[in-house]
Amino acid sequence: MQSRKSHRVFAFLAICLTLFLLTFADAAIQSAGSAETLAANERLVVQLGLTDLCLFTEARYTRHPSQADLHSAFQDHPLGLEHFPSGSLLSPPNNLAASYENLDSKTKSAD
Amino acid sequence: MKIWIAKQKALIDFTLSSLARRKLKNLGLLLVYTLIVFLLASVMLFTHALRHEAAQVLKGTPEVIVQRMVAGRHDLIPPGYIEKLGRIRGVQHIEGRLWGYFYDPLVKANYTFMSPTAGNINEIQIAAREIVIGAAVARARGLAAGNLISFRSYTGKLFVFTVASVLPHDAELVSADLILLSEADYRAFFDIPVGFYTDIALSVANPQEVRNIAGKLAETLPDARLILREEVLRTYESIFNWREGIVLVLLSGSILAFAIFAWEKASGLSAEEKREIGILKAIGWETGDVLKMKFWEGALVSLTAFLLGYIAAYLHVFHFSTALFEPVLKGWSVLYPRFELVPVVDGFQVATLFFFTVFPYTVATIVPIWRAAITDPDAVMRG
Repeated sequence: MQSRKSHRVFAFLAICLTLFLLTFADAAIQSAGSAETLAANERLVVQLGLTDLCLFTEARYTRHPSQADLHSAFQDHPLGLEHFPSGSLLSPPNNLAASYENLDSKTKSAD
Repeated sequence: MKIWIAKQKALIDFTLSSLARRKLKNLGLLLVYTLIVFLLASVMLFTHALRHEAAQVLKGTPEVIVQRMVAGRHDLIPPGYIEKLGRIRGVQHIEGRLWGYFYDPLVKANYTFMSPTAGNINEIQIAAREIVIGAAVARARGLAAGNLISFRSYTGKLFVFTVASVLPHDAELVSADLILLSEADYRAFFDIPVGFYTDIALSVANPQEVRNIAGKLAETLPDARLILREEVLRTYESIFNWREGIVLVLLSGSILAFAIFAWEKASGLSAEEKREIGILKAIGWETGDVLKMKFWEGALVSLTAFLLGYIAAYLHVFHFSTALFEPVLKGWSVLYPRFELVPVVDGFQVATLFFFTVFPYTVATIVPIWRAAITDPDAVMRG
């Protein structure tokens, strides 16, 4: 039988679809295999009392975003805009601004 | 049914031949389209897996961290602070923590120095003048267990330490830049007197009461800032949120590129395409057949781009450690953790990506064709 273009395309798409489905299978197999590593990391976090992931080591407010204070991004002087590249990837945690918003709404004296 | 399938196959054959006539243009289109899907899928898979891993690993982070603020900045905890906290009912376990940053001018890297409160890590006692280092530190300074290393402290004194061990590579995501040392060494190195701490970690007897106790703590210590475990977890839940930072830039770039695609398709057909439709209509094709042919064109291109882009993104993120994003994520940091994320794929997210990439393109292909197909073949051919 003569090979038709549509048959070749369907075969190609079928291979792609199989690979696509295999990614789900691979994810399931790999995550089952790394349960032990995750548990070991969790133990390390408990033992050392770690609070953050070590994603960016260039600035303290991106190394430990959950521990940063509101002013640390502008650490050099009051008008010194933050200049670390990772500052543009990470936004400050919500709770940082939230505590100031709380104070703002409760203040009794006029600004 | 058999006739219908045969007809669709014939239409697909015709579509493919038509695509092959403008091979370069269509291959370029497929390549750019695949790249857009690849970029979006890579960001999606990376951030989802990272969030999932953060939630898993940081489950055991201290329940409440108490920081002292002076003039809006984090300051050392003075003696007597811990005793004040101990008097609050419901507080179970209080621990002063010692940690800080050190800049190593030799390799221009920042380290996180820490004194483990329990005094041991992974059953290894940290003796005086010994350190346990993270894998990235070992890599940057070329260190192994048993080596000696010296640091000039902020007071100007030189301290020599022996590397007791290196933390495992698998733990790099949480410990790449760590240098663990004993409490006495930490205090001597940073010149911090006994009784002072960086911050305080405490646990609460009844987890339901954390918020109430945090309220009491804030009342007792007005200069304290409290960070609850749930806030730490929430920080990482929203990490690389699509509305913020580089993800938004990437997303808007991709969407703009996609809009140009769609615009190019929707704003008008090339003279050649118009002539093709005119000829098809003149030789007896119905409007529906022309539309079906173009539907197959859009569907085949977008489906191929989606599948290829997604598979490449999966391999990139989970088998090549997101290598293409490394320059962006690295920034100015010298120490960069090398971690392999545990693959977690969210079916709903994949379905959303599919819908937003395949569907608009297919529609954008059909609409202008429909406009051309309902006009008179003679007018279409004359342009």
